Amino acid sequence: MSQRSVEGSGLRIYAILYLLFLYAPIALLPVFAFNSGTIIAFPLQGFTTDWFVQMWANATLRRALTNSLIIAVSSSLLATCLAIFAARASTRFEFPGKGGIMGFIMLPMVLPEIIVAMSLLVVLLGSGLSLSVLTVIVGHTLICMPYGIAILSTAFSSLDKSLEEAAYDLGETKWSAFRLVTLPLVMPGIISSLLISFTISLDEFIIAFFLAGNEPTLPTYIFSQLRFPKQIPMIMALGTVLVALSIVLLAVGEYFRRRGIARIGGKDNGGFL
Amino acid sequence: MSDGPKAMIECQDIHKYYGDYHALRGIDLTIREGEFFSLLGPSGCGKTTLLRTIAGFEDISSGAVLIDGKHMEDVPANQRPTNMVFQSYAIFPHLSVAQNVAFGLRRDPRGKAEKAALVEEALGMVGLKGYGNRAAHALSGGQRQRVALARALILKPKVLLLDEPLSALDRKMREQMQVELIKLQRQVGITFVLVTHDQEEALVMSDRIAVMFEGGIAQLDEPEALYARPRDRRVADFIGVMNFLPAQIIGETDSHVTVQVGGLGQVDLPHSQISRANPDDPEPTIGFRPETMTLIGPSQPHTQARETEAVIDEVVYYGDMTYYDLRLENVPEPVRISMRNVFGRDVQAVGTRTRLAWSPGSLVLFR
Repeated sequence: MSQRSVEGSGLRIYAILYLLFLYAPIALLPVFAFNSGTIIAFPLQGFTTDWFVQMWANATLRRALTNSLIIAVSSSLLATCLAIFAARASTRFEFPGKGGIMGFIMLPMVLPEIIVAMSLLVVLLGSGLSLSVLTVIVGHTLICMPYGIAILSTAFSSLDKSLEEAAYDLGETKWSAFRLVTLPLVMPGIISSLLISFTISLDEFIIAFFLAGNEPTLPTYIFSQLRFPKQIPMIMALGTVLVALSIVLLAVGEYFRRRGIARIGGKDNGGFL
Repeated sequence: MSDGPKAMIECQDIHKYYGDYHALRGIDLTIREGEFFSLLGPSGCGKTTLLRTIAGFEDISSGAVLIDGKHMEDVPANQRPTNMVFQSYAIFPHLSVAQNVAFGLRRDPRGKAEKAALVEEALGMVGLKGYGNRAAHALSGGQRQRVALARALILKPKVLLLDEPLSALDRKMREQMQVELIKLQRQVGITFVLVTHDQEEALVMSDRIAVMFEGGIAQLDEPEALYARPRDRRVADFIGVMNFLPAQIIGETDSHVTVQVGGLGQVDLPHSQISRANPDDPEPTIGFRPETMTLIGPSQPHTQARETEAVIDEVVYYGDMTYYDLRLENVPEPVRISMRNVFGRDVQAVGTRTRLAWSPGSLVLFR
C-alpha cells in the first residue's frame, strides 16, 4: 500500500515537471506581453497594452499575418482535397504499384524539410517561376498531404464498403453516393486533416523562408525581428495572440469533430488531439 | 412458351474470372416470378458473386443475365429493377430511420407528404411503425435488418436480393426473422433471392434451392427433394446429417441394383435411389438420414421392417430429440440415429444391445 503511494507521488512529481517544462515558456508569453518594461526579465515593471497597439499598427506584420493565413487556408484545403482522393483510392482499390506509390506520397512526412525546401527551390527557379505566396502554398501542400492521408485513411478504412454500394443500388450515381453517404461519414476526419494542415502550415519556417521570396510570413517575420531587442515585447504580444487563436481554433475544430462522431454513433479514435 | 410461372431472372452460361481464378463456371439458372429462391453453399462457392452479378455489382466474363426478359449487360446496378439487403445491412448511420428508408425516393418526383406516407407504410410492413425519427446508429441488429428491408422494398423492385441477411443475428432472432421474411415475401409477392451458407435456413425459407460448389450449381431442387434425394455425395454431405456405409454392387438389372451394404446386408434398390459419388472417391457408398431408422427396445416385438443388431455407443440428449451413435457389425464408423422423445419412450443407455428397424426405401446409393 505504502509502496504504491510512493510510486504514485513519484509519478505525480514527474508529470508536474513535465507539464511545467512544456507550458511554462508559453505561459510566460502573455506575462511579458502585458509588461511595460522593454527588457524581457523579472521583476515585471507595470501593466500595458501598448505592445498590442504597436503590433496592430505594424504594416509589415499585418502583411505577414495576411500571407500566413492565405497560405495556411489554401494549403490545408488543397492538401486535404488531395488526401481525400489518395486515401479513398488506397483504402478501396487494389492497383499495381500501390505500395510504392503510397510510400512516395507519404515520404515528405519523414524527409528532412530542408531537403524538400532546397529541391523545391531548385525546381521552381529552374522552371522560371518567381517566388511568391503561391510557391509557399505548393510547398506546404506537399508537406501537409501525408498527414491528411494518414488521418483520412483511418476514416475511410473504418467505413463499411457496402454503404456506398447500397446508395448506388438505391438509384444514386457513383458521385452522389459518395457525396451523400461517404463524405458526411468521413467529415470528422476531414476536419482533423484541415486543422492539422492549417497548424503545420501556419508555423512552418524552412519552406516559407526558402520559397516566399520577398513576402513575409509570420514565422519568417518573427525570426527577422528577433535581432532587434526593442521589437521583442511586440513579438511577445503577437505570440500571445497566436496562442489564443490556436486554442480557439482547436476547440472549435474538436467540437465539430466530436459532434460529427456523435451524430453517426461512431467510436471516437481521438482524432489528433 | 410454357404455361408455368414466368421467368424473372435468367442466367445463361455465366462465367466469371478474377485473374486466373474461375469464380463462376457456367451458371445456367432460371428463377421464377414470385419465387423465394436460395443460393446455398459453403463460403467461396461463388454464391455471393452470383448474387452481385444479378445486382450489377460484378461484371461477368461471359454469358448473359436477363431480368424480366431484358438483357442486363448495359444496365448498371443503379438502374436495375433489383434492390439488395446487404450482409452488414449498410444502414446509413448519419441519417434517421425515416431518412434511410426514404433514401431511394430522392429522385422520385412525388411530393413530400406522399413520400412520408410511403415510408410509414414500408416501416409498418417490417414492424417498425413509429421508429421513423430514431437515429439509425442506435438500432439493434434485428431492427437494422428491418430498416434495410424497408429501404429496399419501398422501391417496389422486381427482385429483392438478400446477401446472408440473417447471419449477424442470434439464434432466436434469426428463427423469428426467417418466419417474418417468408410472410413478408408472400405479402409483397416480389421475387426473393437469398444467399446463405446455412442449409437449415435455406430449407425453412425457400421454394427452390440451388446448391453451389466451386462456382457451379450441383443441384437445383425443392427443399424436400434436395433433402430426400441429394443428387450427389457433396450435396448429401452439405445438407443435413447423412450416414454413410460402405457398399458393394453385386448385381444389376433394368429395374434395380443389388447391393451388399456393410452392417445392413443385401438390398435391392431401384434406379431412382441412385446418386453420384464424389469424383475423387468413386467407391460406392450407401447413405441414409438419421430420422429414417428407428431403435427398437429389447422387449418390443419384431416389426414388418428389416432389423439389424446394434450397440449404443453414444447418447446425445437434445430435449425434444435424442441422438444415438450406434455400432453395427463389421462397420468401423458408428452411425447416427435420431429419435423424437415422445411420451412413454425412455432414453436408452450407452452400451445397450438393441435393434435397428429400417426399410430399403430410405437408402440412397452413391456410385
